[in-house]
Amino acid sequence: MKEILEILENDARASIDEIATMTGIPKSQVEKAIKEAEDNGIIRKYKTVIDWDKAGEEYVYAIIELKVQVERGTGYDAIAERIAKFPEVVSARLISGDHDLSLLAKGRTMKDVAFFVAEKIAPLESIQGTMTHFILKTYKQDGDIFYEKEESKRLAITL
Amino acid sequence: MIAKRVQRIPSSGIRKFFEMAIGMDDVISLGVGEPDFVTPWPVREACIYSLEKGYTSYTSNWGLQELRDEIAHAIISDYGITYSPEDQILVTAGVSEAIDLAIRAITNPGDEVIVVEPCYVSYSPCVVFAGGKPVPVATDPSNHFKVTSEQIRDKITDKTKAVVLSYPNNPTGAVMKKKDLEAIADVVVEHDLIVISDEVYDKLTYDGKHTCFASLNGMQDRTILLNGLSKAYAMTGWRIGYAASTPEIIGAMLKIHQYTMLCAPITAQMAAIEALKNGREDMLAMVKEYDRRRRLIVKGLNALGLDCIEPKGAFYAFPSIKSTGMSSEKFAEKLLKEQKVAVVPGNVFGACGEGFIRCAYATSRDVIKEAMERMETFVSPKS
Repeated sequence: MKEILEILENDARASIDEIATMTGIPKSQVEKAIKEAEDNGIIRKYKTVIDWDKAGEEYVYAIIELKVQVERGTGYDAIAERIAKFPEVVSARLISGDHDLSLLAKGRTMKDVAFFVAEKIAPLESIQGTMTHFILKTYKQDGDIFYEKEESKRLAITL
Repeated sequence: MIAKRVQRIPSSGIRKFFEMAIGMDDVISLGVGEPDFVTPWPVREACIYSLEKGYTSYTSNWGLQELRDEIAHAIISDYGITYSPEDQILVTAGVSEAIDLAIRAITNPGDEVIVVEPCYVSYSPCVVFAGGKPVPVATDPSNHFKVTSEQIRDKITDKTKAVVLSYPNNPTGAVMKKKDLEAIADVVVEHDLIVISDEVYDKLTYDGKHTCFASLNGMQDRTILLNGLSKAYAMTGWRIGYAASTPEIIGAMLKIHQYTMLCAPITAQMAAIEALKNGREDMLAMVKEYDRRRRLIVKGLNALGLDCIEPKGAFYAFPSIKSTGMSSEKFAEKLLKEQKVAVVPGNVFGACGEGFIRCAYATSRDVIKEAMERMETFVSPKS
């Protein structure tokens, strides 16, 4: 099971046929395992890693760190889940250190993101402070490097 | 003008084919005998750090003590056999150098050295350079390219000095079971021979565990164990190999090494220490990926009608192309010209390799798939 997931994590388009060949697990079992993983929510989604800069589409990303006044009884979850519902929020995590929550927010312009923080996040009662870091360039995302890959410099034939 | 021993090695016509492949653009290559992975970053980083700290000198002829300690430790933990890092392990510039040293250290003029083929290309020429006579033993797919003790026994004369074994095998991917090797060990004792065992692909064993020839009962003192970091740790260009054997044999090899190579490059030795200390996980991840590719290519080749036994080690598939009616060289040359796919003709690895081609799967899955598509066009009957 772990091996099937590892293959899919790196290549969501790997076919059942290929996975069966590569692992030596019968096709029917591969199909069943994937179906089960999908049903159980182990496989959350099949996505594509896209370099939007290269596609010529401008998006602005920012890491937004939040200081939170914890609410009695509900802890961080209630406020985090509330914030996570905004479509601008790409990821939301509870973190250790100076701040409590870390968001990755996405917008078309810096203004979009700045207004989102000012109008939607900062005014929330339990938010004590925000710190916004705009992302200037992405070098690596989801394990994939975005700068020029290290090409193998091998000769076409060696013994 | 040129020495007779050197003249005796044919400068093979295959060179022309290689030059053609190397010079061609957009070649899809299954012809490469090295990993497509770049050396793991922590290993490269350790090497850079060693340069920053000024490690740029010669080392002891033996190699760095710390590296020999790591090698000795690796052999104990993998195979349970003990070599003293003081006088039983020699660090060489790749296994290639170790092959030459081992053969020269034990071969007298006229001695015969049995070489199991198909195999890596350097054993027989090294025997000739040493004034000895290589005696090939042919293996074939009917026994999964494994050699039997009877085949070796048949070639033994009163001049036989040594046997060269190389399992997991380049180019066939064959591995030997422990009991097969034990039968050979009996012949070795009976005829008082030395075994040069090139085990550079030992980590790349996919089905069961690799048996180190020196770990067999009574064989440690009769074996020159050769290994290196090129294949398992994706470090071909660094040129780090090693030999392990008795103090007497290693001492003899050291004599040749100190007057020819002097020592392996220190920067590469520093990197090798890091690889052996901390590179195991990177290495295992690469091996796992080779295993997946192995299954893809074997299925692909058989689907094309090129019969291919399952290789159990290294990173090569060695399918038969006899069904096409072409010779190995003809097949490889036409495939390169018509479909721009590079493979290595099997006859390069010994006469019994005729009728086969070597396809390396140390290349990305996309490349393997593309190669299979092009080869399908190549082998399917023209309409």
